[in-house]
Amino acid sequence: MSTTTTTPAPPAGAPAAEEKKGPSRFNMNTLLVEGRALIALVIIIAIFAIMSDNYLTAGNLTTITKQVAFNAIVALGMLMVILNGGIDLSVGSIVGFTAAVAGNLFRGVPVPGTDATMFPSLWVIIIISIAVGMLVGWINGLLIARLNLAPFIVTLGMLYVARGLTEVLLNGQNITNELRGQEGLNNTGFFEIFASRPLGLPLAAWVMIILAIIFSIVLNRTPFGRWLYATGSNERAAQLSGVPVKSVKTQIYVLSGLCAGIVGILQMANISSATADLGTFYELNAIAAVVIGGAALSGGRGTVRGTIIGAFVIGFLANGLVIVGVSPFWQKVITGAVIILAVAVDQIQQIVQRRRSSARAVASAKAAAARRQSTDQTSARS
Amino acid sequence: MSDQAAVLDYHDVAPDDGAVVLQAVDIAKTYGVTRALKGVNFEVRRGKVTVLFGENGAGKSTLMKILSGVEKPTAGQLILDGEPISLESTNDAVERGISIIHQELNLASNLSVRDNIFIGREIRTRTGAIDYSREREITEQVMERLEENISPNTLVQDLRVGQQQVVEIARALAADARILIMDEPTSALSATEVEVLFKVIRELTSHGVAIVYISHHLEEALEIADYAVVFRDGELVATEEAANVDLGWVVRQMVGREADYDFRDEPRDFGDVALSIQGVTVAEPDTGRVVVNNVSLDVREGEIVCLYGLMGAGRTELMEALAGRDPISGGRVLLSDQDIKDLNIQERIAIGMGLVPEDRQRDGLVQMMTVGKNMSLASLLQTVKNLFITRKVERENVDRQISDVRVKTAGQDALITSLSGGNQQKVVIGKILLTNPKVILLDEPTRGIDVGAKGEIFALLFREARKGLAVLYVTSEVGEALTASHRLIVMSKGRLIREFDPRTATRDDIMAASGEHDTHYEHEESAAEPAEEAAREPAEDAAKGAPQ
Repeated sequence: MSTTTTTPAPPAGAPAAEEKKGPSRFNMNTLLVEGRALIALVIIIAIFAIMSDNYLTAGNLTTITKQVAFNAIVALGMLMVILNGGIDLSVGSIVGFTAAVAGNLFRGVPVPGTDATMFPSLWVIIIISIAVGMLVGWINGLLIARLNLAPFIVTLGMLYVARGLTEVLLNGQNITNELRGQEGLNNTGFFEIFASRPLGLPLAAWVMIILAIIFSIVLNRTPFGRWLYATGSNERAAQLSGVPVKSVKTQIYVLSGLCAGIVGILQMANISSATADLGTFYELNAIAAVVIGGAALSGGRGTVRGTIIGAFVIGFLANGLVIVGVSPFWQKVITGAVIILAVAVDQIQQIVQRRRSSARAVASAKAAAARRQSTDQTSARS
Repeated sequence: MSDQAAVLDYHDVAPDDGAVVLQAVDIAKTYGVTRALKGVNFEVRRGKVTVLFGENGAGKSTLMKILSGVEKPTAGQLILDGEPISLESTNDAVERGISIIHQELNLASNLSVRDNIFIGREIRTRTGAIDYSREREITEQVMERLEENISPNTLVQDLRVGQQQVVEIARALAADARILIMDEPTSALSATEVEVLFKVIRELTSHGVAIVYISHHLEEALEIADYAVVFRDGELVATEEAANVDLGWVVRQMVGREADYDFRDEPRDFGDVALSIQGVTVAEPDTGRVVVNNVSLDVREGEIVCLYGLMGAGRTELMEALAGRDPISGGRVLLSDQDIKDLNIQERIAIGMGLVPEDRQRDGLVQMMTVGKNMSLASLLQTVKNLFITRKVERENVDRQISDVRVKTAGQDALITSLSGGNQQKVVIGKILLTNPKVILLDEPTRGIDVGAKGEIFALLFREARKGLAVLYVTSEVGEALTASHRLIVMSKGRLIREFDPRTATRDDIMAASGEHDTHYEHEESAAEPAEEAAREPAEDAAKGAPQ
């Protein structure tokens, strides 16, 4: 900060402000939509910081960040799906399923026809497990894109299927000790890597940051991103413009499965266990984060930045309520109310904007009419 | 609605004295930057049929939406029976006695005639249950008045379209309508059903009901009109008693300055065959009904071919099948000697053929995106380098194209919804042109566009044609078919009927070929914008006969 203030600000300030005029007006709207979530975040942090001394401690912030990261990563995948106008209810189950697959691979896979047991190495386990998450997403995508089934129904069904398969794989037992691996089997080091804290920040937070950057670039700089926004806003028009709408639609569910799979691995490392209920309700938190971040459930509108902020709003709120000592029952009521409030504010904002733009149009029409009249009069006189 | 029994006691006032019941004063309506109505003064008279004429986008529908409470005017005043009123909703309008019957019928087909007539205003018994017997009674009385033998318990889905229309009218009557607005009421009717409808209209007017009637079918509309009102470009340009006018007058008023463009003298040095359609047949995917029947047609480089046909002639189906949205069931299509059978839309665009669709809002535009992003959507892959869109190239392409096709916009970052219809259409055309096509297909390219923009769009197409682009477009406006094509082919009922040279053909030739001229309409000058008559099925008329 101090270095920037030493630079001669006043002379540079004037032209910079002028240059800004064009694009900044355009960004004003997006700033308002996302700013709303950001303002909410600041207010939440301020309130809880005043109410509790334990809120803004380094330890608590790390805890929050980790929880936020899990939700945010799932929410990034969800954002892709929601931009397309779809919904993915199966992500929570994919989180659990991925962890269960990984846990079983740590435990060893019996080779059919022999007494031998195969122990894949650590990275093979990770890749296979996440690939399984993507596979589930791909099946969702195929059913939705090729058979034209409703995303809500398909992913609701997959929510049950994947959760059921998780329970089948775990067969009533959590997988905990096997996750450490065994020397000589080349599958040790899971916790050392996936529960690590590079530079003091939990790995999940780093993954969130990296994925957010990648997704942001994909959305803004690649044809895929543009196609995604286009199909979400008007699929028929996109199709006639040569956008491969079906493959875009399939791919976003694969991406959603990928994100859920990554969270499955990270969360398993976090709680040191593959459990049957891992990831339950993650889909709802992810949808909430995307929506608070200003995305339209009907598709075509939403950003990575907004979604990350949305995830932070939910994380800081939930953590604050716990720290302040609000009863768990009321926590749910308050969280729900915040979600509804966020969407309501969004809607009101859009109505106001529409009114304003139509009022502007009326004014310009009147002005034009007045101009015409005056020219008519002058021409009549002459 | 307090007293349902009053429904059939027709207004005791002098029935058809022609007094003004509803007046629109200086009504203006603006959508975004589009001025749909520019201060219109309009009168509806008791017991008279006022027919509105005008091309698409002239402002008729907007005025009707305002009169029926669907939209509120931006400026101006409605006066009903001498009292200034403001219509808050369609229900408000219905309660004041103004009902509208839309082109697309608004009935619940799974419910009975009776239920449809009283939908939303059910008669209740004292316990709050629906008083079915009273409803049935009223339905029967209304049907009797309309001289239609339709049982109240019949399901609407079991009725013919003409009968469904009668149900709509019955609903308006049961709601005690004094002013009945009919938007294209005959577009789906057979000739016999039209006669019945006209009889019903006469019956209504003799009881003092004021009718406002919109139709693209000029001759037919003139037959029923007491007053003719013509709209052009959002303004009311003429009002006249129908007795004093003929078809030529209506067309002249409607068309106004349309003869601005005439491309008949464009050069005709065509290149090789760019698009060869050979015996193409298309069946509706849902029903298997053949909608395009054994169509063969070649379009050469630099040639503009116009397919003239009415709605239901199979033109849109042919275009969409060519573009790759629907499968071609028979025959083959060659694009520069390459069979396109197995190519999807994206691949067809890549080898040089794209479609500008008929319904701009539904199929042409991505409403949430900017002008620039809409413009570049189809050609995005050309700007990709190392996986990423090169923004600089994209923006340069778009800027060049915006000035090339003359889109009036604040810039490529403006929202597409901020443009007028004509400029939106230029964006859609510009989008396809950015893909460097060899063949461009356009389905009703000037629909809902003001006259000036029409000329600009055709000028643009002829300019591209001179550079070698092959153009195939569909229209239902004879005027533009005659003035803006190298070759004109009439299509009707899925088949190509006849080919014309626009330099020698006349309106009558073309309309006769399209089967549009009924024998009893003989006019020197024919309609500029014929109705969707193809939907009528003569066979059905014969089978059912006039219900007397």
